[in-house]
Amino acid sequence: MEGMDPRAFVLGCSAIGAGLAMIAGIGPGIGQGFAAGKGAEAVGRQPEARGTITSTMLLGCAVAESTGIYGLVVAMILLFANPLVGKIQG
Amino acid sequence: MGLHLLEVKSLVGHLIGWNTTPAEGLDANARIIEKLHFGSTEVWITETVVNTWIFMAALIILAVILRIKMKNYKNKPSGLQNVVELAIEYMDSFVKSAMTEKYAYFGNWFFGVFVLILVSNLSGLLGFRPPTADLCTTAAITFTTFFLIHFMGIKTGKGGYFKGYLEPLPFLLPINIISELATPISLSFRLFGNILGGMIIMAMVYMALGSLPGIAKIFNIGVPSVLHVYFDVFAGCIQTVIFVMLSMTFIKDKIPD
Repeated sequence: MEGMDPRAFVLGCSAIGAGLAMIAGIGPGIGQGFAAGKGAEAVGRQPEARGTITSTMLLGCAVAESTGIYGLVVAMILLFANPLVGKIQG
Repeated sequence: MGLHLLEVKSLVGHLIGWNTTPAEGLDANARIIEKLHFGSTEVWITETVVNTWIFMAALIILAVILRIKMKNYKNKPSGLQNVVELAIEYMDSFVKSAMTEKYAYFGNWFFGVFVLILVSNLSGLLGFRPPTADLCTTAAITFTTFFLIHFMGIKTGKGGYFKGYLEPLPFLLPINIISELATPISLSFRLFGNILGGMIIMAMVYMALGSLPGIAKIFNIGVPSVLHVYFDVFAGCIQTVIFVMLSMTFIKDKIPD
């Protein structure tokens, strides 16, 4: 660690952390795909209930999306409003 | 109090050349236009605040114009009256499907929320920084929903509202309180994250397109508009509907049958 700029080290690790935080995108992707597939199935079975099915599916998708958005917000904070850089001594 | 309104990044500013040159690299934070001092406290007037004022002014003027025109509305609608009636009827049926006939008066409030969020989300198309890409805006709107949830819960549920926190078992009280506090957080972060994410992706696309060499500049035609349709129009409209629908669902959940 001799001769290394601590600021550069923290910023580099933050960038890696932001990338890792976006792994959270896998969950909502699977969940929303599953919800959309089930929605299509339901429309196929009952085409007359299309409006209700679509709004229910969108609501479920939006709730499933929350975890992905939390990951996105963490990544954004690490990239654009990094709280760790200020903690460096000296 | 010199509000530098002319500094606002907008389409007009872009055309006339008022825009200050964008910062090197990518900056997702709202620009601070003016710092006001009230004693020892400092209040920041950011791009978000000024943009919200612009949309508020536009919407208020539109509302006043519609109100004046409403005086000579006829039984047989035509022209502008058709559009207004369509919007109101759509919102009415939307509220009734989510909150039942009895609480249809919530449509008055949620129509305003709907229009403000929709205009904010779509403003990215005109080169504004969307106010909803700032956690302050979404948190403020969500706070009103949070207040409404618990106000309606106490008003209609009386003692049952407080008893609900001890269900199914009394020792789950802390978990119930945490889940109540998580509602506004997830509601505000969803809207904020979606719009900010779209905004940042668009900024990165513009940066990438700007650095294209030679003949590859042909990609500048069409590519941004397709992405704008997805990130601004589609995501913006869907998130507006989702926000209003979830708000209404949360309020309805607290009202006993």
